[in-house]
Amino acid sequence: MAVLQEALPVQDVSFWIRLKNNRNALGFLFMLPAAVMLLVFLTYPLGLGIWLGLTDWKIGRDGVFIGLDNYLWLFDDAVFLLSVFNTFLYTVVASLVKFAVGLWLAMLLNNNLPFKAFLRAIVLLPFIVPTVLSALAFWWIYDSQDSVISWILIEMGLRETTIDFLGDPNNARASVIAANIWRGVPFVAITLLAGLQTISPSLYEAATIDGASEWQRFRFITFPLLTPIIAVVMTFSVLFTFTDFQLIWVMTRGGPINATHLMATLSYQRAIIGGALGEGAAIATAMIPFLLGAILFSYFGLQRRKWQQGGTDD
Amino acid sequence: MNKFTRRNVLKSSAGVALGAAVASPAMIYAARAWAQDAPWKPEKGAELRLLRWKRFVQSEGEAFAAAVDAFTKATGVPVRVDSEGFEDLRPKSAVAASIGSGPDIVWTIHADPHLYPDKLIEMTDVAEYLGDKYDGWYPIAEFYSKRGDQWISIPFVFSGNFINYRIAAVQKAGFETVPDNTDDFLKLMQNLQKNGDPGGFALGNASGDGNCWTHWILWSHGGKMVDDDDQVVLNSPEVVAALEYVSELGKTFVPGVASWLDGHNNKAFLQSAVSLTNNGISIYAAAQREGMTEIADDMDHAYYPVGPGGRAMEFHVQFPMMVYKHTKYPNAAKALITWLMEKDQYDAIMQGSVGYLSHPLKAYNDHPVWDEDPKRKVFKDTVHRTIPYSYSGSLGYAASSAFADFIVVNMVAEAAGGVKTPKEAAADAQKRAERYYRI
Repeated sequence: MAVLQEALPVQDVSFWIRLKNNRNALGFLFMLPAAVMLLVFLTYPLGLGIWLGLTDWKIGRDGVFIGLDNYLWLFDDAVFLLSVFNTFLYTVVASLVKFAVGLWLAMLLNNNLPFKAFLRAIVLLPFIVPTVLSALAFWWIYDSQDSVISWILIEMGLRETTIDFLGDPNNARASVIAANIWRGVPFVAITLLAGLQTISPSLYEAATIDGASEWQRFRFITFPLLTPIIAVVMTFSVLFTFTDFQLIWVMTRGGPINATHLMATLSYQRAIIGGALGEGAAIATAMIPFLLGAILFSYFGLQRRKWQQGGTDD
Repeated sequence: MNKFTRRNVLKSSAGVALGAAVASPAMIYAARAWAQDAPWKPEKGAELRLLRWKRFVQSEGEAFAAAVDAFTKATGVPVRVDSEGFEDLRPKSAVAASIGSGPDIVWTIHADPHLYPDKLIEMTDVAEYLGDKYDGWYPIAEFYSKRGDQWISIPFVFSGNFINYRIAAVQKAGFETVPDNTDDFLKLMQNLQKNGDPGGFALGNASGDGNCWTHWILWSHGGKMVDDDDQVVLNSPEVVAALEYVSELGKTFVPGVASWLDGHNNKAFLQSAVSLTNNGISIYAAAQREGMTEIADDMDHAYYPVGPGGRAMEFHVQFPMMVYKHTKYPNAAKALITWLMEKDQYDAIMQGSVGYLSHPLKAYNDHPVWDEDPKRKVFKDTVHRTIPYSYSGSLGYAASSAFADFIVVNMVAEAAGGVKTPKEAAADAQKRAERYYRI
């Protein structure tokens, strides 16, 4: 005969057992390691950087709080304003081209091609190669005496002199943007490809039956369904491009005459090489509003369909 | 200043790996004798870490390592020598100063000791010992090293940066050698360009070569960044005159110089793409080492021409040694630095550097390395001819930050490339410099 067990009174259950069974507490404990990592390696440096931007800290000498003085000086600084312009130009042009080429590549790769897997791996290569290595390779390609592009054009008789890729300010900007596009397209392409593959083919079939053209299929099916993926990938792409450092530093160090200085490279030059930590931190912190703006734009602007946020279709 | 060919990179890294230089027995014997009488006895159980800039001339790195090794064998103090590329060395040493831990001694660049003088131990006793023993220090060496009456660093070596030129090209342009005044120098450059042997000077953010020649241009015309009271005087007629000279000179350069960092002119010269540039002795040393006789035999070095100011106004690079306060073994550090500047070791280091490094102590003026090869002759006078980058103001944060921000290099590049008129370039540079000298 089964003996009914009396329910244990609550206070007899140990705290530890209750904690283990409490989903909220458990969730918190699981998140703790990641939260600690983020706090130590992200939040603390970010907070310290913002604080440094409000001081006149120098390497080797402690600084004092000076409020917004660094920022006021920077607004008067022609080189800083030039770096802001460069950063915007670099980010906007590179991101637009990366998006266009990436989307086109993704649509091509979505078709049934021979050696599909191999092609996709090749496409991903520029992104995987360490940035410094590809920057060095571009440095040689853009060299003002030894460029392979110049050599080919001269051998073919199309030019008489070498191209001054990195010496002329506009050429330099175009060259670094080209290098950045080469590097960044795979990320956009592969991510958009993944997004394309989630679009059900039955939608396309239905559209074809209804007589939709290629362009109409793209405009009414592909693009709307892709917008959440586009939002994510372009946010990342814009973030990475805006804060790009390695490509510029290896190829031009910000030259010629500051024409390719981005805010990140200028911050490094002023803070670490020049010793003015406070000012460099201010330059770096000045990037935050623009990055926040980019994130908010992609969040609100590109994800406005209800179903993308968990609601139902209208 | 660095030569970036694949072959050179592979060779130098292999050389460093294999050629872990060992001191000769004679040196060790001398070291032991020296250690007995040395004014600074290393502490018991001392260990030292020395951080240096990565050597540009292989034999110099080996000679230096051998001298350090002899010290270790004589005194029993292990010394670990770390090398960093010179662009990375400065931030690393600054961070070590800032946090109070890291290497004990840093063989650094320019006047960095003046960026954190409170973090360094005083070296007056070492300086006085060496100065008394070796006929005294050159004035510039003393200027770079002192804060008030105290020495905060030892000016271990200077590195000369002079005009490198191809003899045949210069003679074809109608001059026996590089002229000694700036007007004729402009004519030379114009003729070189006409003959298809153009010259070229680095106008990118080249912290070595770029700074050396642009400061010479500025100073030789009587211009300067600050006056004796640290007031910025870039917006002056002399500076504008210098920039007008540069805008003419810039037209004679080989295309692409605005993108040249420190290694590009070495590469271009060794490829015969440029027949005149400014550099240390490393181009010549590389040409000799690689067996490029058609260049090594056809090239020579010359002083920078003198401008309307009438005297030599050149900028050469100092490589001082400094010891941090956080070191646990200050006596050992002082003993090591003193040892390295004593005759036998310093002679060996100078010999190994084949002219790349110059002496700040007068007694070393007769070193054979200068007479062995007449092409090294101009480098002997490096320390006589250099003036500090803060000319004519004081060394400190403002000077160092302005220097690191390439204000002079950018100003000259703008004028040379015709991007701005000389007056605009000078006015904009004045504004930029004033931001640093406000403190």
